[in-house]
Amino acid sequence: MRVLVAMSGGVDSSVAAARMVDAGHEVVGVHLALSRNKTYGDGRQRGCCTLDDARDARRVADKLGIPFYVWDMAEEFAEAVIDDFVEEYRLGHTPNPCLRCNESIKFTAVLDRALAMDFDAVATGHYAQIVQGSAGPELHRAVDPEKDQSYVLGVLQPRQLAHSIFPLGADTKDAIRAEAEARGLLVAQKPDSHDICFIPDGDTAAYLQRQLGSLPGDIVDAESGEVLAQHDGTYAFTIGQRRGLQLSRPAADGAPRYVVEVEVGTRRVTVGPPELLDVYALEGIKPIWTTSPLGKAPTELLAQVRAHGVPVPARAHELDERVIVELLVPIRGIALGQAVVLYDGTRVVGSATIAATTRAA
Amino acid sequence: MSDRSYLDHAATTAMLPAARAAWMSASEHLGNPSSLHAAGRFARKVVEESRESIAADLKTRPSAVIFTSGGTEADNLAVKGLYWQRQQILGTRKPLRVLASAIEHHAVIDPVIWLGEHEGALIEWLGVDQDARVSTTALADLLANNSDVALCTVMWANNEVGTIEPVERIAEICKEHGVRFHTDAVQVLGQVPMDLGALGADAVTISSHKIGGPFGVGALIVNPATGFTPVLHGGGQERDIRSGTLDAPAIAAFAVAIKHGVEQQVAHAQHLRELRNELVQGVLATVPGAVLNGDLDLSGDGRLPANAHFSFPGCEGDSLLMLLDAAGVDCSTGSACTAGIPEASHVLLAMGVDERTARASLRFSFGYPSTMADVDRVVAALPGAVDRAARTVSSRSS
Repeated sequence: MRVLVAMSGGVDSSVAAARMVDAGHEVVGVHLALSRNKTYGDGRQRGCCTLDDARDARRVADKLGIPFYVWDMAEEFAEAVIDDFVEEYRLGHTPNPCLRCNESIKFTAVLDRALAMDFDAVATGHYAQIVQGSAGPELHRAVDPEKDQSYVLGVLQPRQLAHSIFPLGADTKDAIRAEAEARGLLVAQKPDSHDICFIPDGDTAAYLQRQLGSLPGDIVDAESGEVLAQHDGTYAFTIGQRRGLQLSRPAADGAPRYVVEVEVGTRRVTVGPPELLDVYALEGIKPIWTTSPLGKAPTELLAQVRAHGVPVPARAHELDERVIVELLVPIRGIALGQAVVLYDGTRVVGSATIAATTRAA
Repeated sequence: MSDRSYLDHAATTAMLPAARAAWMSASEHLGNPSSLHAAGRFARKVVEESRESIAADLKTRPSAVIFTSGGTEADNLAVKGLYWQRQQILGTRKPLRVLASAIEHHAVIDPVIWLGEHEGALIEWLGVDQDARVSTTALADLLANNSDVALCTVMWANNEVGTIEPVERIAEICKEHGVRFHTDAVQVLGQVPMDLGALGADAVTISSHKIGGPFGVGALIVNPATGFTPVLHGGGQERDIRSGTLDAPAIAAFAVAIKHGVEQQVAHAQHLRELRNELVQGVLATVPGAVLNGDLDLSGDGRLPANAHFSFPGCEGDSLLMLLDAAGVDCSTGSACTAGIPEASHVLLAMGVDERTARASLRFSFGYPSTMADVDRVVAALPGAVDRAARTVSSRSS
């Protein structure tokens, strides 16, 4: 096969590329330049998108003896991922930019371009597994629960899965690092990137403030209705947040308080006890099915609402263009805009964007 | 026939065997050209003989040849050195004006912009027509209307589209107005006759590795009467204009490459032109919609004989480059790169080409090892590559 490997310059995609070469494929490495402002890293930064990362990827490609190119997808990335991220926060939602990137950039813009250029597949360093099922390729969780990235791949459709390869899904991160070391790849000890790649300092609130400006409002107690403090913008708050509220007075009972409501229109952030956060059902829009549609009959599945969240038993069905998910065990603190990914055991069934939640039992 | 075709000689070309031999021979001798003992004198002799050889070949005086580490350093020295020198003559730190063509190489554009940002220099970018040629009447008007011009810099030939600029006329106009003139001649050396004595520019940039010499050496050919404020300070080796230990073996090889280039220029240009014209004909005949950029007169003196530059509307240049690379053809998008990220060419944009078309462009440049087999390989591979690359664009915009 002709395989294009998306190489970030990190240890995972480097080993993925090496394994594709070992498998006998004709491999080409491509580094995606996603930042509009091309900068060198400071040598310590944990990123994937600086010119130093491009250099790391190039050096791995040299070592593997494969052609290597940089594709500038900064415009596409800004439009599909960054603009969407800021807009979602403006609306009071909590988006997951990695999901959008996989949906619009890696497995659409990159994959389509690769296919047009006569490649058969795109391989990445994601931790997930593709299993050939009777109804077509199935997406499954990775073996390493710590590293499993099937959640952020829940946006892939059958056509995309059919042309995707995840060479790392059957191994643990430790094993991959050891393999990188054994192969003599210079990136073997490079730290993992955890932050949002376009916010390298990790300060999302400050980033959003630069994008959206100051939009002051009240922080209100859910039970008394009393105004407890002022804030600079609702976008700095997400449902379930406890830290950084900077309340001058403790709650009457001394118990910690959490963000339970974010209203963009009135700029009001409501805080209250954790019980108010329990979600018993949710409604997802824009569903994407990895193998085949869920159907209208309620099905017992597992639901996960965060990249490293705990999956809970759920009953889900399709209704019109939506997915109705009844959580058999409530999940505490779900913000609109998060993705719900549905699993059948280890198999990803599909995903949807959470548009409504029900908190009363 | 070798299994690959290298058609990017404007980026760098193969080292000439005679230049390599000269380098090897000079490198067998120990000695710093600035040392006063016998070893130093030997190395100095190598440098000075090379200087004299280069001066004779380019029809100038040995004292005009200032060796540098390459074209970029020579361009920086010319732009900054002439600007600061002008301020010194006028006894002012007041910002002066810099005239530069909009299609210069980044080694000129970036020092000019730097002078604007750090020294407050007033910058006038000289526009070009659709062939990428600077208007001498617009230049004359600018000089007539501004008395604060420190220097004018216009490249002898453009590195992307190969357009040869009217540098003789520009040098005259500058002289009439008492304005210093620099030209970057990196691309023309060996392809076009060069008589620097007759040209009368204040500074001319040349580079070794573009003509079959080694990397890491170049020269600024100066008018010794024109002062230059140094950019690199130190031992003052090159007339106090440039400091740094001279690389005698590289300079010896550079001189050999220049001699070869000047002696062979007519035959070499003829060889390059034949291949280039064959390629242009083949591409325009086999690739629907292909457009030749730059001066369209392929038999005249307005275009570098080695250069062919096309746009393939509806394609992405870097997809095309990848596909041709896979088909065994080394070519270039011709534009500036940062860590392999191609940008839309400022040259094509200055010529009035829209950004989309600018991104759909490729440069093929021939050199002395090129053969008709290279042309055949491109003409065979290009239609399929263009067809595929067009699909990558439609998939990206959908």
